[in-house]
Amino acid sequence: MTSDRRFPVRLDLEKGAVDMSHGSGGRAMAQLIGELFQRYLDHELLILGNDQALFTPPPGRMVMSTDGHVISPLFFPGGDIGSLAVHGTINDVAMSGARPLYLAAGFILEEGFPLGDLARIVASMARAANAAGVPVVTGDTKVVERGKGDGVFITTTGIGVVPEGILISGDRAEPGDVILVSGSMGDHGVAILSKRENLGFETEIRSDSAALHELVATMIAAVPDIHCLRDPTRGGLATTLNELAHQSGVGMQIREDAIPVRAEVAAACELLGLDPLYVANEGKLVAVCPRDQAERLVETMHGHALGAESAIIGEVVEDPHRFVQMETGFGGSRIVDWLAGEQLPRIC
Amino acid sequence: MKYIDEFRDKALARRLAETIAAEAHPGRDYRLMEFCGGHTHAIFRYGVQHLMPPNLRFIHGPGCPVCVLPMARIDHAIALATQHDVTLCTYGDLMRVPASERKSLLKAKAEGADIRMIYSTQDVLRIARENPDRQVVFFAIGFETTTPPTAVALKSARAEGLTNFSVFCNHVLTPSALQTILSTAGPDGVQLDGILGPSHVSTLIGSRPYRFVAEQFGVPVVIAGFEPLDVMQSALMLVRQLNEGRCEVENQYTRAVSEEGNRKAQALIDEVFRIRPEFEWRGLGFLPNSALALADAYADLDAEQRFPVEIAPAKEIKGCECPAILRGVKTPTDCKLFGKPCTPDNPMGSCMVSSEGACAAYWSYGRFRASSAQPQAASRL
Repeated sequence: MTSDRRFPVRLDLEKGAVDMSHGSGGRAMAQLIGELFQRYLDHELLILGNDQALFTPPPGRMVMSTDGHVISPLFFPGGDIGSLAVHGTINDVAMSGARPLYLAAGFILEEGFPLGDLARIVASMARAANAAGVPVVTGDTKVVERGKGDGVFITTTGIGVVPEGILISGDRAEPGDVILVSGSMGDHGVAILSKRENLGFETEIRSDSAALHELVATMIAAVPDIHCLRDPTRGGLATTLNELAHQSGVGMQIREDAIPVRAEVAAACELLGLDPLYVANEGKLVAVCPRDQAERLVETMHGHALGAESAIIGEVVEDPHRFVQMETGFGGSRIVDWLAGEQLPRIC
Repeated sequence: MKYIDEFRDKALARRLAETIAAEAHPGRDYRLMEFCGGHTHAIFRYGVQHLMPPNLRFIHGPGCPVCVLPMARIDHAIALATQHDVTLCTYGDLMRVPASERKSLLKAKAEGADIRMIYSTQDVLRIARENPDRQVVFFAIGFETTTPPTAVALKSARAEGLTNFSVFCNHVLTPSALQTILSTAGPDGVQLDGILGPSHVSTLIGSRPYRFVAEQFGVPVVIAGFEPLDVMQSALMLVRQLNEGRCEVENQYTRAVSEEGNRKAQALIDEVFRIRPEFEWRGLGFLPNSALALADAYADLDAEQRFPVEIAPAKEIKGCECPAILRGVKTPTDCKLFGKPCTPDNPMGSCMVSSEGACAAYWSYGRFRASSAQPQAASRL
């Protein structure tokens, strides 16, 4: 990066920290943006330095989604708040079947937050956005006093374009449809728990945080008539299925034996009294499609790295109560209810 | 999961269910009280009731520590945090238990009280070490099972000279509660044919303290593990005792429970705690010798003595049937508040809070059955 005459002393990324002037709108903020944010987030629309990004949208229906990220801890096995903020919003856009185009990012920084940590987070964000091919094209930074935030909060907004002929919505599940998941449940939540400072257990579990738009693109190319897609984040699979059942006015019948859960995740949940069905994911999706398309869809998903462990877990049924019911691995039957209360706060 | 999946085996469950169905006499009832909330949870989570013949019914007992804690103790804990500005540390389930005036620890926290959720007593000690200028109080609850960790924490604090750590002690003892339930059993109380006895409690105190159930009250006991196959095997053992006219304390959970229990832990508890002359249980009233307080040698670490509080008499919620449900006299669906407005999202009674509470288990795992569908699993057997 070329040196900027306005800032004779470079930002100290080793020992420096965010102070109130970094949110002032003045010279210090310009330096933070120039020397830290734009060092990593270098899309031409962002470098241009306007308060907005100007572009011509491609033809078609557009979707837009926004997501705030307040995860604690900021760095965890398999990711950090930066990569999560990119993946989370790309996935929310992609669950409509859309091809995500651009991201916007808003940062709320706490006074005293180490600049080195901020640089790590922004670098990770840039890597995730580059890998996904979805650039951050506009952003905003604010600073709050020490004690009024928790390091850094990031809000990302994404837009995308839905291909012709695709209509994916949570209210389209029909009795007879088949329910699929793209891989093992609960990895993200357990990875976060393992790093929480008040939980001293070590596990090899990594967060599954990943951008799912390419998997979605292959899925809709093979089966354009997918009825529902949703990423089971907070509240886990159980909550997502209840949401879809409620929106569509149907019931769901799933089989516990068919739901992929890693042995380590199952063991950690057992120890902590958690149910993996309620633990958050950040790189998985739930799909609902017509029965005659299900085999084709699951085969397609198996062909993609992020869907290699995809499985058919049940089916949509008629039920005026809109209950999600499960045949347990033990041979009994039970209802799978919405998550009550807060199982794990600040998981994303 | 090795050593877990074996106790949740579908084929074994089917065989056990067939044996129970074959051996249970159709002409009589088998009303079995599972004492522990852990059993209640397993019965619902795995759908065990629906693998049983219709004349074998599980009656849910009071063995959920969160459920039996009287409202006055939650009021007391909130007063500790608000009147003395201490850092109050507690297990997660307690956060949502309703207190008087529709308060809870969760609401007190939102209003600014320093209340923290912890997973282990070691977390509390760490918080006390890291905040030497704060008084840190551990809200200790639980049956015999959870007393040794509290005892160890007290001993560690004493050894380290941690002066800002204290314990608000609410540990309770199971035999006294069982005695109360059995002495009120009969036409006006709960009707019981057998008891699935507490097993994690028994790893500590052994199976011997339950002999009085068989000897005084003529009710057979099987100390039962918490996995679904444990529960089913224990039910079969009770069916056989009843069919053969036996009345004994049997131990199904032999992989962890002995007659004597854990002597070392018992000695530790004797050293650190003393038995309270009486203690209030939600639903059961004031029971003699039913709870622990800190021993005199640890009185200086007793939060009740260190921080005197003023609280008004607790105000129970009108219409809440938790007391009768805890005695096994009523089922959750007998309560007018059940499901509307009392749900796990908006608990009005303690039994709707913990996953071991009968109301929460009914609601979360079985509410559809109460209103509509017949059990599906049973029809497949």
